[in-house]
Amino acid sequence: MSEHVHRDDFGARLGMWLFLVTEIVLFGGLFIGYSYMRYKYPVDFHHGGAELNATLGVINTVVLLTSSLTVVLAIVAIQRAEKKRAMAFLSTTLVLGVTFLIIKSFEWAAKFHHGLYPSAPHLATLPPGEQVFFGLYFTMTGLHGLHVIAGLSVLSVMLWWVATDRIRPDRYIHLENSGLYWHLVDVIWIFLLPLFYLAA
Amino acid sequence: MTTHAATPQPSYLVDTGSRKGLLAWLTSTDHKRVGVLYLVSMLSFFFVGVGIGFVMRLVQLTPFQHLITARTYNALFTVHGVIMIFLFVIPGLPAVFGNFFLPILIGAKDVAFPRLNLASWYFFMIGATLAVLSLFTGGGAPDTGWTFYAPFSLKTGTNVSLAVFGAFVLGFSSMLTGINFITTIHRLRAPGMKWFRMPLMCWALYSTSWIQLLATPILAITLVLVILERFFGIGIFDPAKGGDPLLYQHLFWIYSHPAVYIMILPAMGAITEIIPTFAKRTIFGYKAIAFSSMAIAGVGSLVWAHHMFTSGMSNLATMIFSLLTMIVAVPSAIKVFNWVATLYKGSIDFQPPLLFALTFIFLFAIGGLTGVMQGALAINVHIHDTYFIVGHFHYVMFGGTGFAFFAALLYWFPKMFGKMYSKKAIYAAWFPMFIGFNMLYFGMLILGMMGMPRRYFVHLPQFHTMHVVATVGSWFLVLGLLAFFGTLLYALFKGEKAEDNPWGGVTLEWTIPSPPPKENFDTIPTITHGPYHFEQESQ
Repeated sequence: MSEHVHRDDFGARLGMWLFLVTEIVLFGGLFIGYSYMRYKYPVDFHHGGAELNATLGVINTVVLLTSSLTVVLAIVAIQRAEKKRAMAFLSTTLVLGVTFLIIKSFEWAAKFHHGLYPSAPHLATLPPGEQVFFGLYFTMTGLHGLHVIAGLSVLSVMLWWVATDRIRPDRYIHLENSGLYWHLVDVIWIFLLPLFYLAA
Repeated sequence: MTTHAATPQPSYLVDTGSRKGLLAWLTSTDHKRVGVLYLVSMLSFFFVGVGIGFVMRLVQLTPFQHLITARTYNALFTVHGVIMIFLFVIPGLPAVFGNFFLPILIGAKDVAFPRLNLASWYFFMIGATLAVLSLFTGGGAPDTGWTFYAPFSLKTGTNVSLAVFGAFVLGFSSMLTGINFITTIHRLRAPGMKWFRMPLMCWALYSTSWIQLLATPILAITLVLVILERFFGIGIFDPAKGGDPLLYQHLFWIYSHPAVYIMILPAMGAITEIIPTFAKRTIFGYKAIAFSSMAIAGVGSLVWAHHMFTSGMSNLATMIFSLLTMIVAVPSAIKVFNWVATLYKGSIDFQPPLLFALTFIFLFAIGGLTGVMQGALAINVHIHDTYFIVGHFHYVMFGGTGFAFFAALLYWFPKMFGKMYSKKAIYAAWFPMFIGFNMLYFGMLILGMMGMPRRYFVHLPQFHTMHVVATVGSWFLVLGLLAFFGTLLYALFKGEKAEDNPWGGVTLEWTIPSPPPKENFDTIPTITHGPYHFEQESQ
C-alpha cells in the first residue's frame, strides 16, 4: 500500500453525518431557549408571530425545498454521467438559494423599518415576551441565513469541481456530502417556519 | 513479539518530504506529528496556567491586599481557568495521546481524516491565540471567571467577547477531533480487531468523542448568544428585556458538565492501558470498563444542574439532579475497583508510569468522593462557592486528569521519542509533587469547610494558617513539576536510546519500533485475541 491513496466513501459519509449531528445540536440549544421562552410568554409570542409575513415565509419554504430537490437531481445526473445536466441542476440550486436570501433580506428590512430589531427604541416599549421573540427571530433566522450562505459557497465549489471533472460518475462523495449539508439547512428552516411565522 | 521487516522505514521524526524542519511539522498530516504539535503547544499553555496559579497563591500568603490589585486578581483567576480548562485539560489526553496512539492501537496507518486532523490543531491554535489576545486588548482581561455567567458577562467592560469567541473556535477543534476519532474507530480497525478486542483506551476515546460531538455545539451556541447579546442586545439572557440569566447557566452547564467527562474519560483510558502492562496480567472486567465509559458519557450528560443548586431551581429539579449525580459515581467506581482487581495477584513491575497511575487512583478517589458529597443537596448549600469546590475540582482535574496525563507521558514517552528518561529523577520529582499537591488542595478542602468563599481577593484572619499551608504546598508542587519536565526534556536531548518495548507491554504500539515509523506498520497486523494477552499468564 502506498501512502495517501486511502479512500473510504462510507467513512466520508459517516463523518458528514456526525458533523450534521453537531449542527442539529447547535440549533438544538436555540430550540431549547425558544421552547422555554414560549412557555414563559405564550401571548407575547402570539403577537410577535402576527408581525411576521407568513406568505413570504411559505414562499421561502417552497423555494428552499425545491432547491433541495435540484441538489438530489444533480447527484443523480452525475451518477448517470450527465455532466451538463448536473451543472444545470446545481446552478438552479444556487439561484434558488440566492432567491431565498433576497426574500429574507426584504423581510429583515421591513422589520428594521418598523423598529422591530434588538435594542431598537420602539421594541423596548413592547412587552418583554415580544422583545425576546424578536431577539430569537433575528438570532435563529440569522444563524440559519449564515448556514445558507455557507451552503451556497460549498455548492459553488462543487459546481466548479463538476465543471473541471474533479467530481466524476465514479467519485462524487464531495457532492453527496454537500447535498446532505444543504438538506440540513432545509430541514432547520422547516422547523423555523412554524415556530416563528405560524406562531400567531 | 513481532519482528520488523528487513528494511526498516525511517521514523516519523525524520523529514522525508520536500519540506524540512519546522515547516515540515506545521504542514504534516501524520497523526503522530499532529499529536506532538498538540503536546508542545498544550504544555506551553499549561506552564502559563501554572505560573498564574502560583501568583494567585502568593497573593493569599497574607490576609490583606499586596502584590497585585483586586481587578488583576479577578483577571488572573479567569485566565487561569480558561487556559487550564480549554487549552490543557479538555484537549489534554485525546489530542496528544489519542492522536498519537489511537491509530496505532487499532492497527491503522492514520486517522480517517488526516487533513481535518491538522486543521483541528490550527483551530486550536487560533482559538488559543484569540483567548490570549483578549488579555491584552479591548477593555482588559475578562474578569467574569471561566464560566462567563450572565448577566455580568453581558455588562462588564472587559474583553469578554474576544475570549468567548476564542473558546468558540476551540470548540470547533474539539468537535472535529471527535468526528475524526469516531470515524476512525468505526472504519479503520485492523482485520480481526473486533469491538471487544480494542484496547480500552480506544473505548475511552470513543465515548469521549461522542460527548465532544453532542455537548460542544451547545457551548458554541451559548457563547455565540453571549457575543450577540453584547453587540446587539438580543435580550435572551437579559432580564431587563424579558430574558433569563438562568437559561444561560443551564445552557452553559449542559456542555460544561459533560466536558468534565471529556477531561476524565481518556485519562481513565490511559490508566487502563498502564495497569495491565505493569501487573503483567489481563485487565479485570474488560466489558465492565468499556461499558462504564459509555455509561459515564450517557449519565454524565444528565447531571449538569448540580452546578446550580443554589441558583434558584424548583426543589423537584434539584432532587432529580442530585440523584443522577450520585448515580454517575457508580460507573466511575466500577473502573476503580477493576483497576485494583487487576493489580491483585499480578506480578507487579514497579516503574514510574505505575507510580503515577496509582497516584491518579488515590487523588481521583478523593476528588470523586468530595464530588459525591457536593451532589448531596444539604451539604451543597453549605459549601457552594467555597474553597471546597476549588479543592474538589483540582483533585479531579489536576490530581485526576493531570496525573493521568503525566502517567501516560511517562508510559509512552519512550515510544514517542525513542528515548528513556532517568527513573530515579522521576521518583525524586514525584515526591514534592505529591506532598505539595495534597498540602495545596486538601488545604483548600479544609478552608472550604471552614467557610472561605472562592474567588475572594483577601481573606479573614481565621483562614490565614491554612492559606499559608496551601501556598507553601504550591511551592513544592511547582518545584516537582519543574523537576519532572526538566527530566523529560533532558531525556529528549541526552537520554539513552529506548528499547522498542521497555515495559513489556502487549498492545500493538509495543510491536513497532521506537519511535514509530512513518506508516506505523509495515503490514497491517491481523488480530486474533484480546488486547491484554500476556504469555506468562496463559502458561
